[in-house]
Amino acid sequence: MFIIKVENLTKHFGSIAAVDGISFEAEKNSIFGFLGPNGAGKTTTINILCTLLSPTSGTATIDGFDCMTHSSEVRKKIGIVFQDTTLDKELTAYENLSFHAYLYGVPKNLHKKKIDSALDFIGLYDRKDDQVKKFSGGMKRRLEVARGIIHEPAVLFLDEPTLGLDPQSRANLWEFISKLPEKSGVTVFMTTHYMEEAEICNRIAIIDKGRIIVNGTPEELKKMVGGDVIYLKTTNNALAASELKKTMGIDSEEKNGELFIQAVKGDACIPKLINSLADMVLSVRLQRPTLNDVFLKLTGKAIRDEAQGSGDELKASIRSYRKKFDKK
Amino acid sequence: MSTNFNAIYVIVARELIKFVREKGKLVSTLARPLIWLFLVGGGMSRMVSPDMGMPYMQFIFPGILGMTILFSSIFSSISIIWDKEFGFMKEMLVAPVSRFSIVVGKALSGTLVSTIQAVIILMLFPVIGLNIGAVQFLLIILMCVGLAFCLASLGILIATFYENFESFSVIMNFIVMPMFFLSGAMYPVKTLPAALGFLTMLNPLTYGIDALKYMVFPAKSGMSLTHDFSLAVDIAVVAVCSAVFVLIAGAMFERKK
Ligand SMILES: Nc1ncnc2c1ncn2[C@@H]1O[C@H](COP(=O)(O)OP(=O)(O)OP(=O)(O)O)[C@@H](O)[C@H]1O
Ligand SMILES: [Mg+2]
Repeated sequence: MFIIKVENLTKHFGSIAAVDGISFEAEKNSIFGFLGPNGAGKTTTINILCTLLSPTSGTATIDGFDCMTHSSEVRKKIGIVFQDTTLDKELTAYENLSFHAYLYGVPKNLHKKKIDSALDFIGLYDRKDDQVKKFSGGMKRRLEVARGIIHEPAVLFLDEPTLGLDPQSRANLWEFISKLPEKSGVTVFMTTHYMEEAEICNRIAIIDKGRIIVNGTPEELKKMVGGDVIYLKTTNNALAASELKKTMGIDSEEKNGELFIQAVKGDACIPKLINSLADMVLSVRLQRPTLNDVFLKLTGKAIRDEAQGSGDELKASIRSYRKKFDKK
Repeated sequence: MSTNFNAIYVIVARELIKFVREKGKLVSTLARPLIWLFLVGGGMSRMVSPDMGMPYMQFIFPGILGMTILFSSIFSSISIIWDKEFGFMKEMLVAPVSRFSIVVGKALSGTLVSTIQAVIILMLFPVIGLNIGAVQFLLIILMCVGLAFCLASLGILIATFYENFESFSVIMNFIVMPMFFLSGAMYPVKTLPAALGFLTMLNPLTYGIDALKYMVFPAKSGMSLTHDFSLAVDIAVVAVCSAVFVLIAGAMFERKK
């Protein structure tokens, strides 16, 4: 059953078509990912789905309710983590969550239990009475995610949920998010710039300039760019290549003194390779397809690294910091 | 429905928590009415002719209460601009509560905070030689609540049109100072030239201050220089303006871009 349905949605800001006729559906209890470069129209789509913006044309429904004409029903069903933080920094972590619980009509007798367990889960229980302004960016992000699910929404929107998180917190958050559909019956709609992050999605739509250029499962998308690439250095490349062909039926090519192997799930493939080549292996390197690769493949050009909108400097610096991190 | 009451409650509670955490702000907002009461009021009383039947400092006392309420109510709506700038407004706007409860919650926050300040100023009555009984004291507070709600809703209505702090504070200064001077706070409306007198009549603050004059000087209800309208008119205007401001502001919040 589809819980989010979007048909021919467009949104114009003056002459800019931020969203330009997109259609997609997200299945209940799944994770749907929106992958796209800056300015692709991801946030605009989320804003329409969560009733903050009205579309220029087209329809969007959540659990059968139109986001435009039945806003209040839609609002009851959703939780959101916005791209930019929406916490009250003067209030404490507990107070922020408590405000949310009141606003969403969570029964009063459950407030303390729910808030405490949410804070415990994100590892901020012992900081619950600290004002949010004393929190680091990553702590704020985690607090926002906790806030987004405290009222048990049917659909959770996450607009770049890992923005500003260190690699470890990112991994933790992804693990948490990936369990949500099963554990709490939540459908997750998330946006990201990163292919690796999109891996946990059941379906991914790649969006650029307001249009969906492809929509499929992560495996389907990776296949389009040939999946992961493994680089092997061995004591004897020619021998290793024929060995791989013989024992595992894997094709490999020699490039710059390294063997180059394409695989859909590279990480799972490496142990098998090493097993079958015994001690011929000198080094292994795994290269995963990035959004850029998929993008390049589909549009024939690299992702535009356009100037950010004004007031986005902090965001931009966080992003460039993150990009550096990711390249390692 | 109960969600909407919860929303109003929690919006007010949030503002109150922040008000208590920023005690410095209270001192600075109380400074303005005190300066006007004692420096301006005290200084002018030497120049103003004494035919009002009371010292000038007493005459302006209701006006100073009105001023306290005007500044703190209208400026309390700055919290809406902050909420827009820091994104917290989105947290409220996506919540399943009516837009009116957001407006009413914000207006009540402003009302509460400015009534607290007005009461602090009101407690100075013995210092300027006024005699106010307990019932009268309560009536004055009630009127302060009504006026504060009206002005806080006006502030919110204005704030719905602005996204950033700079343009909002410019427009606020353009509105607040003229509202104060054209309100009968410092001089009887009747003594103004016709054109200015007309502007005064468009100003809800005029009626609020006029009503406060009835309550602060009950013995002088017949005096033409202390009152400009009947008390019923004063209260009706304040009530109708409040309702109109809240309704328009609620509609503005509902409107999507
Ligand atoms: N309020 C607005 N007024 C005018 N233009 C806007 C507005 N909001 C978004 N846009 C424009 O719409 C386009 C899509 O913006 P959007 O924020 O949806 O992108 P995004 O995919 O979320 O990008 P990012 O990854 O940078 O967050 C951009 O060209 C942007 O300039
Ligand atoms: Mg965005």
